[in-house]
Amino acid sequence: MITQGAGYLRRKWSSRAMLILSGLGAGLCILILALILGYILFNGISYLNMDFLTQPAKPVGEAGGGMRDDIIGTFILVILGSAIALPVGLMAGVFLAEYGKPWAASAVRFAADILAGVPSIVVGVFAYAVLVRPMGSYSALSAGFALAIIMIPVVARTAEESMRLVPNSVREAALALGIPRWRAVVGVVIPGALTGIVTGIMLAVARIAGETAPLIFTALGSAFGYQGLDQPIGALPLQIYRYALSPYDDWQKQAWAAAFLLVIIVLGINIVVRLVSRRRRR
Amino acid sequence: MQNSKTMQAPSHKRGNSGTSGARRLGDRIFFNATLIFALLIVAILIGLLIVLNMDAMPAINKFGLAFLTDSSWDPVKEVFGALPAIYGTLLSSIIGLVIAVPVSLGAAIFLAELAPRWLSRPGSFLIEMLAAIPSVIIGLWGLFVMVPVIRNPVESWLGSTLGFLPLFQGPPFGVGFLAAGVILAIMIIPIITAVSREVMEAVPDTQREAMLALGATRWEMIQKAVLPYCRSGLTGAIILGLGRALGETMAVTMVIGNSYAITESLFSPGVTIASKIASEFSEASGDVYIGSLVELALVLFVITLLVNIIARLLVWRMTTVKAVIG
Amino acid sequence: MSKLVRSLTIPFSVLLIAAVGFSACGGPSGGTSSSTTVKSASLTGAGATFPAPLYTKWFDEYHKLTGVKVNYQPIGSGGGISQIIEGTVDFGASDGIMTAEQQSKAESRRGPILHIPMTSGAVAVVYNLAGIGSGQLKLSGDILADIYLKKITKWNDPAVASLNPGIALPDAPIAVVHRSDGSGTTYIFTNYLSKISPEWGSRVGNATSVNWPGDIGGQGNAGVAGQVQQIPNSIGYVELAYAEQNKMSWATLKNKAGNFIEPTLEATTRAAEGVILPDDMKVMLTDSGNAEAYPVVGFTWMLVYVNQADKSKGETLAKVLWWAIHEGQEYTGALGYARLADSVVTRAENQLLSIKYQEQPLLSR
Repeated sequence: MITQGAGYLRRKWSSRAMLILSGLGAGLCILILALILGYILFNGISYLNMDFLTQPAKPVGEAGGGMRDDIIGTFILVILGSAIALPVGLMAGVFLAEYGKPWAASAVRFAADILAGVPSIVVGVFAYAVLVRPMGSYSALSAGFALAIIMIPVVARTAEESMRLVPNSVREAALALGIPRWRAVVGVVIPGALTGIVTGIMLAVARIAGETAPLIFTALGSAFGYQGLDQPIGALPLQIYRYALSPYDDWQKQAWAAAFLLVIIVLGINIVVRLVSRRRRR
Repeated sequence: MQNSKTMQAPSHKRGNSGTSGARRLGDRIFFNATLIFALLIVAILIGLLIVLNMDAMPAINKFGLAFLTDSSWDPVKEVFGALPAIYGTLLSSIIGLVIAVPVSLGAAIFLAELAPRWLSRPGSFLIEMLAAIPSVIIGLWGLFVMVPVIRNPVESWLGSTLGFLPLFQGPPFGVGFLAAGVILAIMIIPIITAVSREVMEAVPDTQREAMLALGATRWEMIQKAVLPYCRSGLTGAIILGLGRALGETMAVTMVIGNSYAITESLFSPGVTIASKIASEFSEASGDVYIGSLVELALVLFVITLLVNIIARLLVWRMTTVKAVIG
Repeated sequence: MSKLVRSLTIPFSVLLIAAVGFSACGGPSGGTSSSTTVKSASLTGAGATFPAPLYTKWFDEYHKLTGVKVNYQPIGSGGGISQIIEGTVDFGASDGIMTAEQQSKAESRRGPILHIPMTSGAVAVVYNLAGIGSGQLKLSGDILADIYLKKITKWNDPAVASLNPGIALPDAPIAVVHRSDGSGTTYIFTNYLSKISPEWGSRVGNATSVNWPGDIGGQGNAGVAGQVQQIPNSIGYVELAYAEQNKMSWATLKNKAGNFIEPTLEATTRAAEGVILPDDMKVMLTDSGNAEAYPVVGFTWMLVYVNQADKSKGETLAKVLWWAIHEGQEYTGALGYARLADSVVTRAENQLLSIKYQEQPLLSR
């Protein structure tokens, strides 16, 4: 495999070429993000101010107006969704990575992968059928449930992949100390895989924070802010969707501003969760 | 390959020290807890299938298997078939993957292996941010910014240079399979990149050092030591991305042109299952019409299932071949 | 596990506290004003997207006047119809008339259901032709049908040219754009084409979403507008408010009386005056006989049960809607909606007067 001279030079240059290509891949991703964010910002900049954060929505034609209620709604829904999805997803991830007997793990992994491919609107229809219709009302709770279903497979599969990559020697070392299996998982494997798990969670949070389709059938939206978990609730993506497709320039601008805000919120959550999880790890 | 890593289930019978009773109880509780949560995923999926199946019944009864091979979609006369939607779903997802996989893997390699820490952290952050932009916003951006670029220069150039291929014929509307594939690629790049980067970073440094010590170049080290080590993780990343592509609605609907037809040209407008459901579900009326839209969702389930099986077989083949060769 | 849970509970609980604190400090401003009066009923409604900006404006004004909270959310006309049947909302809203099947389903559960007109909307035919400005292109219903049937495929087709002497129509194929999502706009448009062209009626028909003979589908008004603005020599249709706000070029259409009419709010209101209005108001206003009417027009309705199950809700609902068809009409023009014609208001009044609770009418003149 190792040769000197011309062969080595060729290998060196081909290596360099491939590495440059991979750098271009990364650059392309960032470029796309910059293009999209730039466009969003360009269209929404006139609405990015304090009122937008602290005022409730106003009807079209009235100056000002913000997204306060929808920002709160998005936070509540993301927390609700995460509260349901994190235990399920993480524990399922542990099962898949640490305990899964081939057939059981395959079944669960399959279910998770298929669930990840279900269009979000179908998840909304499902949540509508099992929660909204029986309860006779749209509700924040049903929306949290729908978002959780979208979140679970992403959390479970990324947690599994991350935990699997914790070297076996680490597990064996822990077990050799005589601690029970479950404590080895909780105390050694999960912390070892924590950054990967957090990445998965953040991807899932980002996804559900921006999800519109399932909310149409569950959260419905609210003109009066948060009224209780069993009542309709507004959310940023819902408002973005409706405003973006409306005829009015004013509302379209608000939709772009809200989209930018949503990205910033997700970025904020991402940073906070990462900082905390990194500090805990030490 | 990875199964060798999972330790035996906690039914191991070796613990016979004094504390083993309590220890085994703790282990059993923990194991059962993970099992219950894991099975919950299966339960949700089954529940979903049952609910969808009930709603789809009127269409299933009316059309039977012909639903899969019919190309018409006429809400007025209530004649529905899924074929163009199946075709469009597969085609747009394939285009999306063909673009997204190399870009994502390249980006992941760069972030995990090459970039210094001060660059790789914010870089990963930014790429994950792409996942947070709502679908409708990406769709509108696609419609107003990306589609004009695709129409001219991309499609007109492809048409004039590769126009002899049926893939690149027909009027360059801008909207169509190609635009849908590109938008899907943009939407799945963050998920594939993030997960791939994560699994690459988890590869122990000893692997890399061993390879470099043998005199390998950086790329050879990545190619021979890093990528094989995390193949299952990379497959998982791609499958997650594919799942997102198959199920994506609003962004695709904005740029695919929504024509219920099967054409081989990538320039022509088409439709996907998810976009069809999202477009028409909220205004649909009548049991057969709604049932047909729900049956489309069931078809998408089956497609996802098949794609998953194929992907798994491919990985399994590759890993066993590798193992045999050596 | 516990470590991870602990590490995640902190950020999430911070967020939760922030969110609750946020809502708490936002709450009192709305709460104190109504807490002094008797807690008034609040209503939930859902349905048609087209009138949503107007409804939002109405209910906001009505809230300021009376403190009554009406939460209206646009989920689509189909959604409005199915939700009022399911009973998850207090009232529905729709741009289309309920089918016989839907009405019998609703009646079997909660008795007869009213279609009360609130405003009317026009569908503008928009185009992208270099050098031909808004209002310059003249079209008739049968030509429009033939274009959408793909029987007329070029702009300089003799049929189009004969209506437009003096305009240089390009020798180019017509790119036909339609709505891909189910919508009331499509319902009104295809209703008009079905009335004019027998071939359209038999081949394609009239629905919120049909089997289109040709070309490109755009998602929502924005999707159609985006395609038409970008693709040269294209034609499409969007709701009037959208065409107006986005300054798109629209065609004048030949109405039943033979006049070429621009889509304006006035011409939209006129449409109701050339149509025989039944008492139940379930009528499409397309191809109106009024000489000044624009031909592609439809009502948008509130769907309300005659027999209300809850007295205070029913009373509130009847009062809100009464306000909407009178004082509420003042807000229509500014938002790009057409006023109800006087003849329509009279009939809508009668409908509202028929709303009952345990056989007792909830409103009186």
